[in-house]
Amino acid sequence: MSNATQGLELIGLTKILGGRVIIDNLNLTVEKGEMVSLLGPSGCGKTTTLRMIAGFLIPEKGTVNLAGKDVTNLGPEKRPSAMVFQNYALWPHMTVFKNVAYPLKIRKMSKSEIEKRVHEVLEVVNLMHHKDSRPGQISGGEQQRVALARALVQEPDILLLDEPLSNLDAKLRVKVREDIRDLQRRLGITTVIVTHDQDEALSISDRIAVMNDGRIEQFSTPQELYDRPATEYVANFIGSLNRVEGGYSDGQIIPGSEVVGIRPEDVAFTKTQVPGSYPATVELIVPRGHFHEVYLKRADASLRAFISVDVPKVGDTGFAKVSKALVYKDGKLVRTA
Amino acid sequence: MAKRDNGLNLQSGSLITRFLIGSFVAFMGVFILGPLIWLALQAFTTSWTFPNWKPDGWTLIWWRRVFETPSMVEAIRNSFITAPIVVLVSAFICLPAAYAAARYNYIGRRVFLIGMFAANSFPKLGLFASIATLFYTLNLMGTMVGVIIIQLLGTIIYMTWIPAAAFAAVPKNLEEAARDAGASKFRVFRGITLRMAAPGILVAMVMSFISAFDEAQGTYLVGSPEIFTMPTEMYSLVLTYPVQIAAVFSILLAVPSVILIGLARKQIIGGQLAEGFQIK
Repeated sequence: MSNATQGLELIGLTKILGGRVIIDNLNLTVEKGEMVSLLGPSGCGKTTTLRMIAGFLIPEKGTVNLAGKDVTNLGPEKRPSAMVFQNYALWPHMTVFKNVAYPLKIRKMSKSEIEKRVHEVLEVVNLMHHKDSRPGQISGGEQQRVALARALVQEPDILLLDEPLSNLDAKLRVKVREDIRDLQRRLGITTVIVTHDQDEALSISDRIAVMNDGRIEQFSTPQELYDRPATEYVANFIGSLNRVEGGYSDGQIIPGSEVVGIRPEDVAFTKTQVPGSYPATVELIVPRGHFHEVYLKRADASLRAFISVDVPKVGDTGFAKVSKALVYKDGKLVRTA
Repeated sequence: MAKRDNGLNLQSGSLITRFLIGSFVAFMGVFILGPLIWLALQAFTTSWTFPNWKPDGWTLIWWRRVFETPSMVEAIRNSFITAPIVVLVSAFICLPAAYAAARYNYIGRRVFLIGMFAANSFPKLGLFASIATLFYTLNLMGTMVGVIIIQLLGTIIYMTWIPAAAFAAVPKNLEEAARDAGASKFRVFRGITLRMAAPGILVAMVMSFISAFDEAQGTYLVGSPEIFTMPTEMYSLVLTYPVQIAAVFSILLAVPSVILIGLARKQIIGGQLAEGFQIK
């Protein structure tokens, strides 16, 4: 084990719940100070993985190393991790101050030390004015920040976030996720975040582990995941995809036994023919806000394109060009073209 | 008019329905409150006989009589010894069971919870009679321990169902958050679970106290002639003393219930009692 991996290390983790294999021989290494997302649909095992890191579940097989220490069989209270729960799990009978002070009280710190540190962390999450409120009296976004403060005040080696933004409305979600990212960078805290929202994962993670059915499909940077999804599953899950069965050659779909994935943003529509473009008809247009989703019919395939300027009308004819395609065989990426 | 027969609509009802409802309320009031008011007044009258509308005079003599009669003072003392002990013993036995019923799904859990009703769903006297035969062989007849055990029976249902619902209502992730914050299992139970279930437990204790305090059948069967509590003392009191003494004693008997329910009013109205019997 090198000194660089003093963050988190999961080795051969297996978890069986109710006779079903939930996590199957999972390996993951998170560097110190890194922010990693576990991304996947519900039921893929991402929360189970997080709960094994936190210590609420003990794996049947495998090892959990936190900050260079084997914690596999330790209870959550003995691990150097702190978790922010999906619905925040604030104690309703305690004030904001007491909620945040609780972990320090358990560590038997002096009153003045507790007060100093709680005030510091409440400043960080900008909640000093609510320190004497009860959780029921503040908004969801504020509750979320209290939960974050309660985790940060422990100065954990690793911060665990379980769908931290899913209970916030869309506007607030973007703001809070930026706040979390900013804070995480500033404090240099190793962080694992569970989410089913690809936008969230793509925008705040250093690396993303895309999970499927208890396994990690691909563990990579957001850019790499987007540009070179290693499996068809990842390609479908991250971003949008035109999926066509056949082969791919010279900007065209040809008969074949592979699967061709084309990002809608890699499809261009022009009135005049350019090299590599083929005749196409506009069949349907769906406005998506800052761009339009345009359904194009070509002789070889039907393709969706994302177009934001010079949007055509339904029935227009012109030429569609594919600038990039991902070719999969048996679900695995074989080449990009 | 569209059909609006959901409940009593006093505002738009005709004069005659309003009159009928009004008379019904007054009638019920007389039958429920009337005897209580009569009782309360009796405790302070020299004498008050039919057909007089007013008592003949007012006095506190009956109160002095009660507190000067050794058997009555002893009954009061006994009641205030047994009932609190019953509540504590009941809590000690039932709260762990309630926690288990709320947190673990073991085989026979439903049977256990429903079984709590068993003691309440048969004629008590039959149960007490068979317990009495057992108590004779164990030499528990006429003892404080025997009385406490008998009174305990009626409290068990309150002390299991209500706290079980209270424990079950504590979200698991609040306990997990405390574990994550570094608290041991015991500390989580003490600081989070128990603290959050406290209102429900308080209601259960109040109901248990009242149940034990009011218990007469079994206490009489097991306790007499050695041990009398306030309700069993009433039996002899009603037969051998003036009615005013019984009135004074009734008021004394009601005082703890009224005070305790008053203190726990918020929790009882808040639905802790009702919720207690809705656990699945």
